Amino acid sequence: MSEKSVQEMTAKELLAYYQAKLDEEARQAKANGKLVCWSASVAPPEMCVAMDIAMVYPETHAAGIGARKGAMDMLEVADRMGYSVDCCSYGRVNMGYMELLKEEAMTGKTPEALANSPAARVPLPDLVITCNNICNTLLKWYENLAAELNIPCIVIDVPFNHTMPVSEHAKEYIADEFRNAISQLEVICGRPFDYEKFHQVRRQTQRSIEQWNRIASMSRYKPSPLNGFDLFNYMALVVCARSRDYAEITFRKFADELEEKYKKGESAFKGAEQNRIAWEGIAVWPYLGHTFKTLKNQGTIMTGSAYPNMWDLTYDAEDESLHSMAEAYTRTYINTCLDNKVAVLRRIMEEGQCDGVLYHLNRSCKLMSFLNVETAERIQEKNGLPYVSFDGDQTDPRNFAPAQYDTRVQALGEMMEQAADGGQA
Amino acid sequence: MEENIKALLEQFRAIAGDPRKAMADHLAETGKGAIGMMPIYAPEELVHATGYLPVGLWGGSRPVTKARTYLPPFACSVMQQVMELECEGAYDDLAAVVFSVPCDTLKCMSQKWKGTSPVLVFTHPQNRGLEAANRFLEREYAILKEKLEGITGVKITNAALERSIQIYNENRAAMREFSALAAQYPQVISAVDRHAVFKARLFMEKSRHTALVRALMEAVRAEEPQPWTGKKVVVTGILLEPNGLLELFDRLGLAIVADDLAQESRQIRVDVPDGDEAPLYRLARVWQNMYGCSVATDTKKQRGPMLMDMARKTGADAVVVAMMKFCDPEEWDYPIYYKQFEAQGVRSLMIEVDQESTSFEQLHTRLQSLVETL
Repeated sequence: MSEKSVQEMTAKELLAYYQAKLDEEARQAKANGKLVCWSASVAPPEMCVAMDIAMVYPETHAAGIGARKGAMDMLEVADRMGYSVDCCSYGRVNMGYMELLKEEAMTGKTPEALANSPAARVPLPDLVITCNNICNTLLKWYENLAAELNIPCIVIDVPFNHTMPVSEHAKEYIADEFRNAISQLEVICGRPFDYEKFHQVRRQTQRSIEQWNRIASMSRYKPSPLNGFDLFNYMALVVCARSRDYAEITFRKFADELEEKYKKGESAFKGAEQNRIAWEGIAVWPYLGHTFKTLKNQGTIMTGSAYPNMWDLTYDAEDESLHSMAEAYTRTYINTCLDNKVAVLRRIMEEGQCDGVLYHLNRSCKLMSFLNVETAERIQEKNGLPYVSFDGDQTDPRNFAPAQYDTRVQALGEMMEQAADGGQA
Repeated sequence: MEENIKALLEQFRAIAGDPRKAMADHLAETGKGAIGMMPIYAPEELVHATGYLPVGLWGGSRPVTKARTYLPPFACSVMQQVMELECEGAYDDLAAVVFSVPCDTLKCMSQKWKGTSPVLVFTHPQNRGLEAANRFLEREYAILKEKLEGITGVKITNAALERSIQIYNENRAAMREFSALAAQYPQVISAVDRHAVFKARLFMEKSRHTALVRALMEAVRAEEPQPWTGKKVVVTGILLEPNGLLELFDRLGLAIVADDLAQESRQIRVDVPDGDEAPLYRLARVWQNMYGCSVATDTKKQRGPMLMDMARKTGADAVVVAMMKFCDPEEWDYPIYYKQFEAQGVRSLMIEVDQESTSFEQLHTRLQSLVETL
């Protein structure tokens, strides 16, 4: 595809184009003997990208498999490997996928479950990088990938911030880890680290994040030109390409489109916006359409979610101490104390002018579930807005019941209506 | 069995079963209260140096009812129990609770304490090979130390801390010795008793515990070890409770010849190193030296080889995996070491541990089948 056609593409087309391009680049890298790294979704890619390593993101990949209804095959493989159904379904889908790729590499034959999978084909990694800013499961999962494949594992540990703001000693430790990762990469790549490119990549990352935040901020308008569920889709690029211009180009285009829409007086729900909610937690990928439509059918638009907001990794790209970058990667709201978590969610609700909250009690994610009760109570105490919770899972379709979801969403709708009519929430 | 051994074991059982009395006795003797230590790892020496009694909070065996409001069913069994006890006010006499957060569940639990005691949280670094990690943890401990001083009104001097470190190192050494001795005398020290000796450790001032353990070991050694006609196992996991479950091991003639339980031997695996560095720094080094635990990041996955080594050295016939219900760090380790066991022909059985259990028929059947096939 030519450069010109990229300029002519809509944001939606760009999203699909660059996602496919990233997968293709990873496959090409593998074919040409270049290094491929599997990475946790909010691990810093800046160092690897500076060393021209092709990046693959198992969480995004697993979410894609889930959305294309292909999770069950992978979950069954993980089950046979001994993974309990209590383990994160992203992790299980990925371990299943890895096992099939490994089998293919060892036997030369493509296992049926892999051949029939709707998953985008990605190559096996030569190294992995993980970061626990969104959960410690990512430490266990990547330990296992490294052990199964006998490859190096780069760990960027960001200690849980039990007090906020982020402490100086945490920043010092994390910045030292970045420097350690750099020396690990020099050994793995067999060449000196490219500090100049590292600087450029940090700048690029900031340009991408700036555009990402521009999109998210569009939901402040009422009615909203942005359908919050679109963030779930565009998230793929903030995860997989924030250190490349692919993300910047796509997000800029999308933000421009939304601004244009707003100027023309158009909104996401075309005048049908009745009320607005915050969505707390990861999307239910196998039922993304259902979860969206149920809300839409009652005129409820999602205008705030702390989940895509986790990639607001704004930092000072000129700070050579790397403390600013360290701070950005550790302050993820679920890596902080409850006070801060509540403050972040409240701010998001205020910015999105939300009328209520929908909490996803996610069977796969303890960290994003076990504080839901306290978060909900504290937020309601402050803003008096109604909330409901539903049981779900990010990629294991067995842990979500559409009927329960519908009932809860309906109840939330009624409470929001009542509140709008001046009644009590 | 000699009367003395019986009496000593009875003493351990009594202490293990009644932490409240241990707290009351400590208060009566010293005028000082107790501080709760949440699982899994904390620099207990700091608390000890204040003269307060560190008390391990490892759940109980209550029916879970009140906790349901605050934790979904997929939270691990031990934290369901802790939450239930929090809700019941069982911990409210503690002057403070020290909280480490090496797993996602503990991170959340540290932010939702339902009791009245102040909660003192600190974080372990996970990039444990780095010197920067030691320095980070030393700083976390320094902050924790200040908070403890504020609450107890006791200044923790380096001299006091060194004394506590010595007492703890001696206790850990005594417990490692005890574990090895118990393996030689399964007829004398049952699985239930072995656990009681470890559990009493959670509620006793450590120099007293050491003295009592030494007395027990001396009494046991006075007897001739007898050949064991049953089978021998190594157990691994977070904990192996309640006693009803341990009784199955005794009934089926399964001697626990070594353990890799977070509540038991993982607590005594690593000593505070000697050296000229300040005690806080050396306390931090303990975490760097820790190994074979699911919440201490290890990209080399050495737990499997460690367990196989333990089994070989103790002549164990199998490894029993005591899988804490809904503990994902443990669940993530399992497929890796299971594969290593299979490759090396090491027998193993995974059983689910739920502290709330009162019926053990199914587990009995499973353990019995293991025994029959060994």
